Amino acid sequence: MKHRTFFWFILPTLSAMVLFIALPIVSVFIQSLFVQHEQVLVVSESCGPFGCVEETQVDTEATAKLREERPLGQFNGLATYFDRSHLASAEIAEVWRTSTGLPSFIDGIMDLKFYKALVFTLTYTFVVTPLVLIFGLAVAVGVNNLPKAFRGVAIFISLLPFLVATIVGSMILSWMVDGEGIIGATLQNIFNDPSLSIKASTPLMWIMLMVYGVWHTLPFAFITFYAGLQTVPQDTLEAARVDGANKWQTMISVVVPHLMPLVSFVTLMLLMDNFRVFEPLVSFQAEAHAQSLSTFIVSDLREAGNPLYASAGATSMLTILGVVILLTPVLIRTWRDFNAKVH
Amino acid sequence: MATKAESRLTTLRVVSYALVITWLIIAAFPFLWTVWGSFKVQGDFFSKADWTNAIYGILTTRETGSAFTLNGYFGAWIQEEFWRNVFNTLVIVFFTVCISLTFGTLGGYALARSGFRYAFWVLMAALAFRAMPHITLVSGYMLPFFEWNIWGLKATTIIVLVAINQPFTLWMLHSFFLNIPKDMDESAMVDGCTRFQAFWNVIVPVMWPGVITTGLFSFLLAYNDYAVTSMLLSKPNETMVPAVASFLGSVQVQGNIMFAVAAVVSATAPLFVLILFFQRQIVSGLTAGAVKG
Repeated sequence: MKHRTFFWFILPTLSAMVLFIALPIVSVFIQSLFVQHEQVLVVSESCGPFGCVEETQVDTEATAKLREERPLGQFNGLATYFDRSHLASAEIAEVWRTSTGLPSFIDGIMDLKFYKALVFTLTYTFVVTPLVLIFGLAVAVGVNNLPKAFRGVAIFISLLPFLVATIVGSMILSWMVDGEGIIGATLQNIFNDPSLSIKASTPLMWIMLMVYGVWHTLPFAFITFYAGLQTVPQDTLEAARVDGANKWQTMISVVVPHLMPLVSFVTLMLLMDNFRVFEPLVSFQAEAHAQSLSTFIVSDLREAGNPLYASAGATSMLTILGVVILLTPVLIRTWRDFNAKVH
Repeated sequence: MATKAESRLTTLRVVSYALVITWLIIAAFPFLWTVWGSFKVQGDFFSKADWTNAIYGILTTRETGSAFTLNGYFGAWIQEEFWRNVFNTLVIVFFTVCISLTFGTLGGYALARSGFRYAFWVLMAALAFRAMPHITLVSGYMLPFFEWNIWGLKATTIIVLVAINQPFTLWMLHSFFLNIPKDMDESAMVDGCTRFQAFWNVIVPVMWPGVITTGLFSFLLAYNDYAVTSMLLSKPNETMVPAVASFLGSVQVQGNIMFAVAAVVSATAPLFVLILFFQRQIVSGLTAGAVKG
C-alpha cells in the first residue's frame, strides 16, 4: 500500500485518537501545572469617629473577571504534585521523622489522601488479578469437562456478570449485601450480629469490592482460557496419559504451559482494567471506606462550584505514570519480540 | 468416543462439576433475584424478617392486592421519565457504533495491508491509548469543553466515545482483515481498480462477520459506559447508566428504591437478548485478540 493511500485510510481513526486521547493527556498535564487564581483582595480604609480601620474585602467582580480571562489559573509549576493531597513530600518527611516503627509509618501514610487511594488501587489490582486467573482457569477446565449439551448454557450464564454495565452489576450486588438484603441479612443471622454491615466496616467494604471485582471479570478469563483449551493438542494429552500421568499432572505439565501465552494476555488486560477501578466504588457508596485513584479524580472534578482542575490533573498524570510502570514489562517483551522478528 | 475411564465419575470430576455449578449459581442468582424482586414492593425486596417474603410477595399482596406489581416500572419510566434516558441511549449508542465502525474498518484495513514499520507503531500507540484510564482523559476534556461551550451535548459524547473505542476496534478489525486473503483486493487492483474501489467492491461485501463482532463490542462499550457519560452529559441528555446511578441517590431519599431496581432491570434486559442471539460472536470476539496473537 502506498504511503499516500495509507494516510487517507488511517486519517479518520488516527485524528480521533490524537484529538481525544493524546491531546487530552497534554491538556491534563498543562492543567496540573496551574492553580486557581487567588481571590482579588481590596484593602479599604473605613474611618469612623474612633479613628481609621483597614478592612480587607474580596472583590468578587474582579475575581470573576480574572477567572474568566485566564481560566487555567496561575502558573504553579510542579507544586501541585508535591502538595498535601498528592505526593505530600513534606508530610512524608514529617511522618518519617516522627514514626516509631513500620506500623506507625504506614498509619501516617494512610492518613494522606493520595496514598490511601494508591494503596487501595494497588491492593485491588494485585488481589483481583491473580484470583481471576486461578478461578477463571478452574471454571474453564470444569466447563470443558461438561457434556457438550450444557456448555452453551454455562457460557451464556457466565457472560452475564461480565457484559452487564459495571455500575449496574455492582448496584445489584450492593442491594443484596445491604443489611436488609438477602445476603446481608443472612450473614447477620449466621453470625448473630445485627450490627454487621458492609457499609459500616472498612475491611468488609474492601473485601466486598474485591469479591465484586472477581465476580465481574472472571468470565473474561474463563472464556479466553476455555477457547485456549479447545486448541490443546490431543496427541500430547494422549502421550501424557500413556506415560502414566494422572489428570492433575497432565493439567500442570501439558495444559497450563499450552495456555501460557493466553495467561500473559489476560494478565495484561486485567491489570489495565483493574487499575482504573471506579464504578464499583460509586455503586457501593464506598467513599467513606475506600478511594481509588479514579474516584479521587472524580471527586476533584465534581467539587461543587469550582472544579479543582489542577488537583485532578496532577492525580491523572500520576495515574498514567502508574499505568506506564505496570505495563512496562509487557511492552519491553513486545519490543523484544518485534526486534527478534525483524533481525 | 468416550472410553469407560473417561465417563467414570472420579473425585476430580465431581469437584470440577461442583465448582462449575457453584460458579453458575453465583453468576446467575443476583440477576434472577433482582428481576423477580423488581415486581415486588420495597418491603419484600429488602425482606429482612423473612426472606421467603421476597419470593411469595406477602407484603406486595397486602399493599397492592396482587403478588406482582408494576409500581417500580411505572415510577421509573413515567414518573421519573426514564424513557428519556432510554431514548438518549439509543441515539448515542447508534451513532457511536456507526462512526467507530466506519473509522475502524478504514484504519484496520490500512494497517492490515501496509507492510511498513509505522503500521506497527500505530498499533502500539493504540495499545497504549487503550491502557489510559478513561477518567484521566475525562479530566482533560472538562476545561476545554466548558470553554468552547460544547459540554453536555450528545454530539460531544458521541465523538469522545468513538475515540475511546478506536484502539480496541482498530486491533480487532486489523486482525480480522489479516485473515482475508490479500489476493482478493490485489487482483481487483490489477484489473484497474484504485485501492479504495478495491476496498469498496471486494472487501466490504465479505467483511460483515468481523464488523458485526466488533460492532457488538462497540455497542457494549457505549451502552455500558459510565465514566464518560456521567461526566460529559448534561442532565436532560443523560443515558441510562448514569441515570440509574443518579436515580439511586435521589430515590433513596424519597424511599422509592424500587424505581432504581426497575430501572436497573430495564437497562439490563436488552443485554440478555443480545447475549442470547450473539453469544457465538461475543465469544469469538473476546478470544480473537488472545488466541491469534
